[in-house]
Amino acid sequence: MRDLEVSLITKNIREMCIEANLFLEEDVEKAIRTAGYTETSETGRSVLSQIEDNLKIAGDERIPICQDTGMAVVFLEIGQEVHFTGGDITDAVNEGVRQGYEEGYLRKSVVNDPIERINTGDNTPAVIHFEIVPGDKVKLTVAPKGFGSENMSRIFMLKPADGIEGVKNAVINTAKEAGPNACPPFVIGVGIGGDFEKCALMSKKALTRSIQKDKSPADAAESKERNLYIKELEEELLLKINDTGLGPAGLGGRNTVLAVNIETFPTHIAGLPVAVNICCHVNRHKTRII
Amino acid sequence: MFKEIKIPFSKEDIANLKAGDTIYLTGTVYTARDAAHKRMSELIEDGKKRGLDIDDILPFPVKGNVIYYMGPSPAKPGQVIGSAGPTTSGRMDKYTPQLLGMGLTAMIGKGKRTKEVYDSMKKNGAVYMAAVGGAGALLSKCIKSSDIIAFEDLGPEAVRKLYVERFPVIVVADATGRCIYDEI
Ligand code: SF4
Repeated sequence: MRDLEVSLITKNIREMCIEANLFLEEDVEKAIRTAGYTETSETGRSVLSQIEDNLKIAGDERIPICQDTGMAVVFLEIGQEVHFTGGDITDAVNEGVRQGYEEGYLRKSVVNDPIERINTGDNTPAVIHFEIVPGDKVKLTVAPKGFGSENMSRIFMLKPADGIEGVKNAVINTAKEAGPNACPPFVIGVGIGGDFEKCALMSKKALTRSIQKDKSPADAAESKERNLYIKELEEELLLKINDTGLGPAGLGGRNTVLAVNIETFPTHIAGLPVAVNICCHVNRHKTRII
Repeated sequence: MFKEIKIPFSKEDIANLKAGDTIYLTGTVYTARDAAHKRMSELIEDGKKRGLDIDDILPFPVKGNVIYYMGPSPAKPGQVIGSAGPTTSGRMDKYTPQLLGMGLTAMIGKGKRTKEVYDSMKKNGAVYMAAVGGAGALLSKCIKSSDIIAFEDLGPEAVRKLYVERFPVIVVADATGRCIYDEI
């Protein structure tokens, strides 16, 4: 067993909340720059250049990229050899969020109850997903999620007979409906299979993956195992959604989506669940292994 | 090409603004989002029942003014405001025709509105403009002053009076009822 002080989790979560809200991952920044080069609409280019300037100002002056600094979504992949000491792990995560949102001058956007709606004042609680994996490390991923795009996400319980065409329509229609509300160009996470909640969780997790296909070593190894049809589907959906002409900020143009990331899981003989998690261009996530 | 326009808008400004125009705005705007709209709507209903002058009870006079749908991140010491980009306008649609009826001239936000809102804009001569969502750091640099004037308890949703200089927006829907989202 490896003993791990939960205060270390708090410290890392605090830093990652701040970092995620100031700096995008290099792959997302690169995709935004590429969109700027390829955009054909004048308005679209103006929007993308504002988005690029915004990233520079955010990083240089440490102003959050977007004022909606999100609800903190935290994934913990916990090695089964790890033994947490010094307190409750859920409390430790929430304490990290509390400190990060306070010290980082991030917006507190969480209300205590969906109907009563009183701001909790510290952006807690976080949405926390625990997973037990082999090993003695903990992989932390912090992904602050804005609700302009979260509100436009959808889940579909398709019939097996709907097949791959049904899946494509679900994703394309969700992107079209999201339109200008969800701040395109999007990154779209898709979960296919499992059951109702499993596909939703996969779609969220897909947003934390690299969007540069096969570029990072981890992804290359992963993609070998992944079915070729999934990769093809990702590429086809990217083209088809860009063909909608929605464009940056939904004001028309070529670049509607930066990437489509798909995750799959076995499912029941009677079902074909599909979850489409829309994320804006401010696709924030930071990962650390401790 | 960005046109420069000053707030308050004149009747001619409103008539000349066309869907698709890109504009730099300079002048005073008021922030209000979900919770502030709900409260203002309650104040209006209550004021009407009690026969009060509505302008006296609202945080700012609606007539001739501009609302920015925005809830900023906190300002660091020395900053005017934190990150300050638009939120999704559609959530305010339920309250908007009432405000347009009272003379609201423009709204800044992002995303689609209902037909009722566009109809009411046409009837009352108002425009709807979008700022780039997710560009809150950039937009914060165009905000030269910010004062909380009401509902401080709402935190990021409090009503703020902002002075903006060369604030970049695009006209989404003009006073003739034309909307560029419909043309895409
Ligand atoms: S959808 Fe994304 S970019 Fe748009 S306001 Fe929300 S967090 Fe910001």
